[in-house]
Amino acid sequence: MAEQFPALIIVVPLIAAFFIPLIGWWKKQLCYPWVVAVLVVTFISSLGIINTVMTTGKFSYRLGGWAPPWGIEYALDYLSAFMLVIVSFISLMVAVYSKKSVEKELPEKTVPFYTLFLLLITGLLGIVITGDVFNLFVFLEISSLSCYALIAIGEEGAPIAAFNYVIMGTIGACFYLLGVGYLYVATGSLNMADLAVILPNMYHSKIILVAFAFFTVGIMIKGAIFPLHIWMPDAYSTAPSAVSALIAPLMTKVAAYVMIRIMFTIFQPRFSVETVPVMTILGWLSFIAIFAGGIKALAQTDLKKMLVYILVAEVGYIVMGVSVANKIGLTGAILHILNDAFMMACLFLIVGAISYRIGTRDIHKLHNLNKIMPFTMGAFTITALSMVGIPPACGFFSKWYLILGTIEAGQWAFAAALLCSSLINAVLFFRVIECAYFKPMEPAYANDGGETHMAQRDEAPLTMLVPIVIMAAGIILLGIFSGNIISSIIQFAVPASF
Amino acid sequence: MDVVCSSRPLWAVLVSMIAAFLILATGEKNRNIRESWTIIAALIKFLIVFSMIPLILQGKVIEYTLFTFYPGICLQFRVDAFGMMFGLVASSLWIATSFYSIGYVRSLNEHAQTRYFFAFAMCLSSAIGIAFSANLLTFLVFYEILTIATYPLVAHKETPEAIIGGRKYLVYTLVAGCVLLFAIAMTYYLTGTLDFKAGGFIGEGSGSNGILILLFIMFILGFGVKAGIMPMHEWLPTAMVAPTPVSALLHAVAVVKAGVFGCLRVILYVFGPNLLHDLGLWILLAYFISITVVGAGLLALGQDHLKRRLAFSTINNLAIIILGAILLTKSSMTGGILHLANHAFMKITLFFCAGAIYVKTHKEYVSQLDGVGRQMPMTMGAFAIGALGLSGLPPINGFISKWFLCLGALEAKQIVFLFVFLTSAMLDAAFFFPIIYNSFFKKLPAGIVPHFDEAPMLMVIPITITALLSIIFGIAPDAFVSFFSIASLAVQNILGAG
Repeated sequence: MAEQFPALIIVVPLIAAFFIPLIGWWKKQLCYPWVVAVLVVTFISSLGIINTVMTTGKFSYRLGGWAPPWGIEYALDYLSAFMLVIVSFISLMVAVYSKKSVEKELPEKTVPFYTLFLLLITGLLGIVITGDVFNLFVFLEISSLSCYALIAIGEEGAPIAAFNYVIMGTIGACFYLLGVGYLYVATGSLNMADLAVILPNMYHSKIILVAFAFFTVGIMIKGAIFPLHIWMPDAYSTAPSAVSALIAPLMTKVAAYVMIRIMFTIFQPRFSVETVPVMTILGWLSFIAIFAGGIKALAQTDLKKMLVYILVAEVGYIVMGVSVANKIGLTGAILHILNDAFMMACLFLIVGAISYRIGTRDIHKLHNLNKIMPFTMGAFTITALSMVGIPPACGFFSKWYLILGTIEAGQWAFAAALLCSSLINAVLFFRVIECAYFKPMEPAYANDGGETHMAQRDEAPLTMLVPIVIMAAGIILLGIFSGNIISSIIQFAVPASF
Repeated sequence: MDVVCSSRPLWAVLVSMIAAFLILATGEKNRNIRESWTIIAALIKFLIVFSMIPLILQGKVIEYTLFTFYPGICLQFRVDAFGMMFGLVASSLWIATSFYSIGYVRSLNEHAQTRYFFAFAMCLSSAIGIAFSANLLTFLVFYEILTIATYPLVAHKETPEAIIGGRKYLVYTLVAGCVLLFAIAMTYYLTGTLDFKAGGFIGEGSGSNGILILLFIMFILGFGVKAGIMPMHEWLPTAMVAPTPVSALLHAVAVVKAGVFGCLRVILYVFGPNLLHDLGLWILLAYFISITVVGAGLLALGQDHLKRRLAFSTINNLAIIILGAILLTKSSMTGGILHLANHAFMKITLFFCAGAIYVKTHKEYVSQLDGVGRQMPMTMGAFAIGALGLSGLPPINGFISKWFLCLGALEAKQIVFLFVFLTSAMLDAAFFFPIIYNSFFKKLPAGIVPHFDEAPMLMVIPITITALLSIIFGIAPDAFVSFFSIASLAVQNILGAG
């Protein structure tokens, strides 16, 4: 059983996704427990995988027994196992959460929603687990296509946003596929490990250079890396709550993972860093992204829109950590993939819960929210502090490593950008906190002894609250145990050539 | 130096954090139980801190390592003589502040008392964390928690004025936090360690003089915000909108003292006297600080709002402490460290009095205080003691620290600073004596018959105790908790190593 985890983690959700229409046709209410059960299996598999990796080191799984480079190989090292755990855990949390929000937002479309939801997760897991560049494309498209559809069933404006995303996403996929084609023409191989061996002899080749460029642009579009993020704010903010909470933390992170894979596994750092100035370009783009995302976020009054623009900046953090191309910076980037996935998931879950209960996402209308939804707002505060970078929440630690990385690279401007960004985040989040905690609606109960009768407690339903609280607790725990996570996983996940 | 491993510092930090969550869980309905958590935690905390004094006096340090953040950086506690000083001040005054707070919020029937006591306990927890941090990163962790925990207290009243005060506070302190984070990351990059060491750990060759000077400036800017060094003091008078016990806490117990403590840690334990002498930084900072000493004194003269006047007096006194440390002589350092404690006792008395006057008469301005001394003789008597002490009159404890500071200025052969110290003492007298005179010797406004009408006992008793302690520490500086021995020990360690 244990050695089959790499297959199970993909096959179980994939097959299960196709059973959902059947189950839904028989009994609609069974979709939800089915999805949760499947994701529990996925999560357990991912834990099994990371356990194997941590005890026996990296291993590969040959699909159907075919040997690489002909067969498809699932390559499981620290980085991919680490990503699998993140993806499967957050999808499980979002799935648990989805019950009420889907019932309210998509009462007619429960069955297609859950089908696509599982397919999307399968795609994300596949991207992370595969050791084959073409197979990666297939999973990329599975996740993207299901994502287009999931966004399109969202609120007003979603179809247009999804259409934009389809256009941009398809262009991105084309670029990626072209990159794969060029590499295949030049090397005759699609296997990542194989490519890594063949390519160093060909680094002078123009074909390789072009392939690398195509990969980079393709991933930048898919991962909403500035300035190719323009499809993202609308798409993510109009999607249904449960969908935003899934794709906002995961799609961008998985794309960042693919970027790290391509730049530091398939190609060697010396190619990615020295042959072409791609790192410098990415670094400065992320520099702009951090400010552009932050400033655009400042201009939003819709909480979800604000988060989406913050996400642009957060992706900038990760890319910046990658672009400084040293061990400590990359450690920060990988740690931030984990931390930001938690923070973003938590924030989007919270926004979903707020709009579920209050019916608005306007940050100026959230008065007294701490009285109405104390636990949700408590979780929001923790996450907000983490985003600002207040220890011991996890956001502080990734920022610490990222800043050390930029200092080591001598990029003072980047360090300054990271620091400014936490100040921008402080403004953004304290605006909300101030409104929710400190701005009473009526002056009447400023001095009534602490007892308020105006705002009735009306906390989010338990299926929503539990994932939110778990994520918020996770944010603190990840911060406290960041040292352990780094010494036991991330330091091995950083490509060996550093 | 003997190292004793013990978890006592950890418990000293945790006890009020646990209490904070118990307070939150108990809530508004069971006020007495909620308040009892505060008192119990305050007492236990003080006992834990107190129990460590004998070991410290034997010249030992107490260490406890909690987590490893990164190879070489741990969340580590180390109690040395200097940390003990701050820990003792904070934990002992918390007891007084707790009783006083209960009296204050109940008399005024304040709203959101649970939040208030929660934040208060968190503040104290982080203050002790700051006192016992073994390295800069641990320090920063607690320093940032303190920043955030204080915010709800500053904005407590929820009036537009309070919200703006809160915002201003956050802007100043979070920017400072970012500067510090950068400075600390830089220090780590240069030296590979962050552990405090008596006499400094940054060696001469760690970086070029330019870098080291820049680093020092960043540290002083970062800590200087909370320490109220001009021109970064503006938040402090604005934060006076907070309830009076909070101001007392801000000024005397935790927040600004944490800033000063940080400055002293940087001066004496990061850079060290030798390096500062070689770089010639000490004399520059000494002149820079002198501007604050005199400037704050002059500004205080012009304040009619009692608490604002006290705020400027605090800025003045904090600057004296830093000036004492930066003169780098044996007596001046002893004086500075002693003044850290002595000022706390006197200033908290003054703030308690201001609060008592407000609770009883709702008077906030100096010009309204005519004749109040006849109505509230105990409060105003205590006020007189605190004020006289700050002006440096024996036998109150302020005299002792100022005496050493003046000696230190002479030892440093810098007669200028002797005049700075004396001027400041005179300015203290100039802005406090009119209050004392008016309240005792002027008549109450026509129509009001002077009669004995004191604030509630829960407030008057803490006031009397802190005032009496000020006198006792003036006559016997080593009474109860051996402040004087601890201060001399700290100085001995610094000079011995440096």
